[in-house]
Amino acid sequence: MLSIEFLLNALVAGLLLGGFYAALSAGLSLSFGLLDVVNIAHPAFILFGSYLTFYANEHFGFDPVLAGLIFAVPAYFVGVAVYKIYYNSFEKTGAESLRGLVFFFGLFFLIEVILIITFGVDYRLVRAFYIGKSTSIGPVGIAYRLFVPFLVGGILSTVLYLFLTKTFFGRAIMGVAQDSLAVQLMGVDPIRIKTVAFGIGIATAVIAGSLLIIIGPVEPTIGREYIGRVFAVTVLGGLGSMTGTLVGALILGVAESFTSSFFGPSWALAVSFGILLICLAVRPSGLFGR
Amino acid sequence: MSNEKRLFLIVAAVLVVGAFLITTQMENRFYYKAAYVVLQYVVLATAWNILGGYTGYVNFGTAAFFAMGAYTAVALIKTWKPPLYVLLISGGIVSGLLGLGIGYLTLRLRGVFFSIATLALAVVLQMVVSNWDYVGGGAGTAILKPRSVPLFSNYDEFLFFVMAALAVVAVAVAWLIEKSWVGRGMAAIRDNEEAAECMGVPILKIKLFATTVSGALMGIAGAPFSYFVVYIEPTSAFHLDYAVNSLAMPMIGGTTSWLGPLVGAVLVGTAQQIATVTLSAEMNLLIVGSLLVGFVVFAPDGLVGLFGKIRARLVGKEA
Amino acid sequence: MGRIIRHVILGFALLLAVSIAFTPAAHAAKEVKIGFSMALTGPLGPAGKAALLAMQIWRDDVNAKGGLLGRKVKLVYYDDQTKPANVPGIYAKLLDVDKVDFIVSGYGTNLIVPALPIAMERGMVFMGLFGLDANAKFKYNNYFQIMPAGPDPIVDWSRGFFELAKKQKPQPKTIALLSADSEFARNAVAGARRNAKKYGLKVVYDQRYPFPGTSDFTPILRAVKAAKPDLFYVGSYPGGSVGIVKAAHEIGLEPKLFGGGMVGLQYTAIQMNLGKLLNGITNYWFWAPEKTLKFPGIEAFLAKYQKEAPKQKLDPLGYYLPPFAYAYVQLLGNAIEATKSFDQAKVGAYIRNNTHSTVVGNVKFGKNGEWATSRTFQVQLQNIKSNKMSEFSKPGKMIVLYPEDFKSGNLIYPYAKGK
Repeated sequence: MLSIEFLLNALVAGLLLGGFYAALSAGLSLSFGLLDVVNIAHPAFILFGSYLTFYANEHFGFDPVLAGLIFAVPAYFVGVAVYKIYYNSFEKTGAESLRGLVFFFGLFFLIEVILIITFGVDYRLVRAFYIGKSTSIGPVGIAYRLFVPFLVGGILSTVLYLFLTKTFFGRAIMGVAQDSLAVQLMGVDPIRIKTVAFGIGIATAVIAGSLLIIIGPVEPTIGREYIGRVFAVTVLGGLGSMTGTLVGALILGVAESFTSSFFGPSWALAVSFGILLICLAVRPSGLFGR
Repeated sequence: MSNEKRLFLIVAAVLVVGAFLITTQMENRFYYKAAYVVLQYVVLATAWNILGGYTGYVNFGTAAFFAMGAYTAVALIKTWKPPLYVLLISGGIVSGLLGLGIGYLTLRLRGVFFSIATLALAVVLQMVVSNWDYVGGGAGTAILKPRSVPLFSNYDEFLFFVMAALAVVAVAVAWLIEKSWVGRGMAAIRDNEEAAECMGVPILKIKLFATTVSGALMGIAGAPFSYFVVYIEPTSAFHLDYAVNSLAMPMIGGTTSWLGPLVGAVLVGTAQQIATVTLSAEMNLLIVGSLLVGFVVFAPDGLVGLFGKIRARLVGKEA
Repeated sequence: MGRIIRHVILGFALLLAVSIAFTPAAHAAKEVKIGFSMALTGPLGPAGKAALLAMQIWRDDVNAKGGLLGRKVKLVYYDDQTKPANVPGIYAKLLDVDKVDFIVSGYGTNLIVPALPIAMERGMVFMGLFGLDANAKFKYNNYFQIMPAGPDPIVDWSRGFFELAKKQKPQPKTIALLSADSEFARNAVAGARRNAKKYGLKVVYDQRYPFPGTSDFTPILRAVKAAKPDLFYVGSYPGGSVGIVKAAHEIGLEPKLFGGGMVGLQYTAIQMNLGKLLNGITNYWFWAPEKTLKFPGIEAFLAKYQKEAPKQKLDPLGYYLPPFAYAYVQLLGNAIEATKSFDQAKVGAYIRNNTHSTVVGNVKFGKNGEWATSRTFQVQLQNIKSNKMSEFSKPGKMIVLYPEDFKSGNLIYPYAKGK
């Protein structure tokens, strides 16, 4: 059972899954990691993206990834609106910790219900020419269904990383994260910066949603299964570090894949949560924490 | 103070006796089942509020404590079928210990990290139970409830009475905490933990007390669950609904006093029961979600706060 | 303080008033009310809604003929949201508030069991819709379950799969078992495990995966592939079934017989998504448009169903659950007509002691209210060439292989050849 080929395949499967997890977590890393906005509803926005993708794919034959990219634009504005409500109701009054958390929890629930009412509770799937096909490099098999999300996840993380470190606006976001007051003194409105950053976070969630539905069928309540994973990735990688999020996601993917391969899949989920609990208890600042 | 306490205890006793008298008069079992669920939420919401509302630690893992109580009971029923009070006590102890455990977590985890940890805890425990075949594992197991019970004409009425008594006890516990120095310590922790520590509030002891009592009450509420549904499996016992409701109800009612969760649970719980048999389930969820979001945004102090404001205004006008 | 308590008491009074206001007025004596809970939302919602439509078609059929013993049929139902905790309350309401004359079950074991003790206490006839061994603990003699699993449901479920394997040369020696960690799949695989022992097969892989919560099956199936089983028996739910079929193709997993207890492959939407990937898979099945399965009334029923289903966004073909949802109320109605009585005990005795002709064929109940003999089909998917719906509504695509009486074609063996 323990051949090199098997080991390599488990590793690759884990890395592919990890790239996908990176896409799922990138937006949360922005909002939660950098802005301290605990967007518990992030997985719900991801699922929202999955359903938008499904709609465009089913009725207009759009490629899922393309659909995700297109819907990312309106999603940005949704994100902006959500942040405005959040800011005005909670951050402004300094009540964000407890009630803000509950606000997002309620939002999560609401999005689920809206999805149920509009799309029904049935499993939804998409079609694309690369789904169901695979290739192999030597003994290692790679399914396009998982490779595409991996690729998009990698690109998304890289683009966000470059955006945050190389552009003025990105640096401003990092600045707000580190020292809001200093940024303000420099003549930049931190609220505007945070609004934009949160919008981007939601936009990436919708892109991640298109990846989720490429990998497998979705139903409206499946978002719950990802709450633990996305938070595990963000916390493990270290809050506010895009590199950390990518590394954290890859670690989680590989850990899950190895558990499934060697110890049996029934404990695979426990791995992500186990990592999360240990990480929270031992080093809450994560691997690349600030 | 002591007068107030006496009055409160008398009212509590009257309510319990009243619940018993109802069972001797009313036949319709639907109301017992519906009332059981509402009362169960009174216990859960009150328990949640002791940690969440008084102390300021948001617990997303209500379902874990509830289910641990339920599954402790299932394990005992499978072994030697003890009487219900043993199940209640054991469920309370197990979940209380679990609460003590997460209480120690608060040493390292504050705010949102604590909340995420409780969510993770619920998932991990669900997985453990799913893999524990003795209590049915992921496949679930049917539980035969006792055929009869003395003084009551059927078991449903008995369960209703037990849950009514538990609800009264839970609210009384919350009230007692609120009126004692512990309650004031909790409020201090909620407002500013560091400042509270500096002022000499024994914060660790108080936090451990809060998590233990809160957890134990949730476990007690879960203990009769398997008799109520007759069939228990992890997805329903660990359902996210328990987390959402036990948090939404105090939020809607008001988190700062014992009355808030009670009002929230009675109103929202009843609305849900009515919605189940009248509206569609989507509407049911939509109502809870909208109420939750609406209240945290527009009425942060809940209904109790809202009434307080209105009354203050009215009184102000009179004067 | 006293004021607050007054408020509380006032609140309770208000509550009582509201609940009384919601109590429906005394029921009209003319109708026969059949009450049930049904999963209209939640994981079983899509199937539950299709079942409800089937039951409504039956109601309309009966009422068009003048009702039951001259009384029109009325269905009284509530959504249980696929939550077992809602079920006891719903049946209490049906019996005590709505005063229904008969009750039938919701869809699925988890939602049947919570109602069973209530039916027992009141001595009501209780028709079950797809419960797997739900009555094992209660042994209630007026419970009758329509899914054709058989007298020993858990073992009978996968017997056909093993019977097919046994006939192949050279005889398969090893088997891999994989199940979703939830009620039905766990039981199906538990039965397969017992059958494996009985048929002398060596179990080389035996695992469960978390359900829900597994997004990628590649590592799991690689481990299965590494174990090199002859047979691969899977117990899974729709989401997982799709993932498993896709991943099996991607990594080239080719056991000699593949399938068994995968839920979802019978659903039209999933069939249209998987298309050719389904070829060669051998799985349990309940109905297919094969010439051996033309039971009286089934085609008329399906025509009505298929006309209405697209409007409600339900499974467009409806071969899986709807015929059985029609049959379990049809059977109850026929028993009422035959006994000319609304008496629970009489109707129950009639159902227990006779063979019934329904749209899903002849039904005879045995131990614990399960079918006296198992009739779970094993079907192999063959000759599927596209993703179009018309592929799946024609005969010759879902070949019935087991039981012998209903056989409509031959197994293509091994799986790789059927692919």
